[in-house]
Amino acid sequence: MSGSTGAAPVSESAGPSRSWTAFVRRRAVAALPPDKLLPDRQPAYVASWIYVFGVLTIAAFIVVLASGTVIALEGPQWYHRSSVGLFVNSLHLWSVELFFFFMVIHLWGTFFMAAWRGRRALTWVLGAVAFLASVGAAFTGYLVQTNFDSQWIATQAKDGLNSVGIGAWFNVLDLGQMLLFHVLLLPVALAALIAGHLIMVRRRGVVPPFPTEDQVSP
Amino acid sequence: MIPIDLHRPAHYVHWGVVQISVPNLIVIGLMVLVFVLAVLVPFPKGRGR
Repeated sequence: MSGSTGAAPVSESAGPSRSWTAFVRRRAVAALPPDKLLPDRQPAYVASWIYVFGVLTIAAFIVVLASGTVIALEGPQWYHRSSVGLFVNSLHLWSVELFFFFMVIHLWGTFFMAAWRGRRALTWVLGAVAFLASVGAAFTGYLVQTNFDSQWIATQAKDGLNSVGIGAWFNVLDLGQMLLFHVLLLPVALAALIAGHLIMVRRRGVVPPFPTEDQVSP
Repeated sequence: MIPIDLHRPAHYVHWGVVQISVPNLIVIGLMVLVFVLAVLVPFPKGRGR
C-alpha cells in the first residue's frame, strides 16, 4: 500500500505538448474552428434558392448510399424479382437521377458565380473531380445491373475504352471488377471527395455574389 | 393509363451531328427551367435573418 495521492502527470513540460496528436489537433482547430465547422448563421447573400442545390445533392447522395447498401446486402435475385427489391432498385436509380439533376444545377450556379474566387480554387477542383467520379460511379452502376441492358452497354463501351488505352486496367466486360469499382472504390472515393469539398466550403466560406457596379470602386 | 410507354425505345431528335433522346432532352430542359427559377424566385425570409 502506498500513500500516493494520484498518478504522476504524463508530461512534465509546461509548454505545448510535442506529441503528434496534439500537433494535428492544434493544426485542425486552427484551420477549422468548431464555430466555422458547424456555423449557425450564414451571410445574407446565401438566402437564395441557387445556394440550396449543393445540400440537395448531398441529400440525394445519402439516399443513393442507403439504397445501394440495401441492394448490396440482398443481392440480384431479390432486387430483380421481389416487389420490395424492385422498389429499392428503382429508389437507387431515381436518387441517382436526382443526384445528377441537383449537382448539374449546383455546377451551373457555382460556375456563373465564379465560385473559385477568393482562394476557393481547391473547393472548385474537389467539386469538379467529384463530378467526374460520379460519372464513373453511375457508369459502373449501369454495368452491374446484371441484365441484358448492362451487357449491351459493356460491349458498346469496351471499344471506346480500348481505343484510349485503358481497357486493360478498366475492363468493362469483367463484371467482378466493375462490381468492386461500383460498390467499393468509387463510393469511397466519392464520399472522400465530397467530404473534402464540404470541409473547404466551411474553411473558405460560401462564395459571395459579384459586386454590383456601384459597389466597385472607380 | 400512362400516356408514355416506357417499355419501348425512346424517340430521338436529330439535329445535324447532334442526336439526343427525347427523355434526355426533357431532363435537360427541366434542369434549365429549375436553374432559372432558382435564380429568379425570391427566397422566403427566415426567423432572425
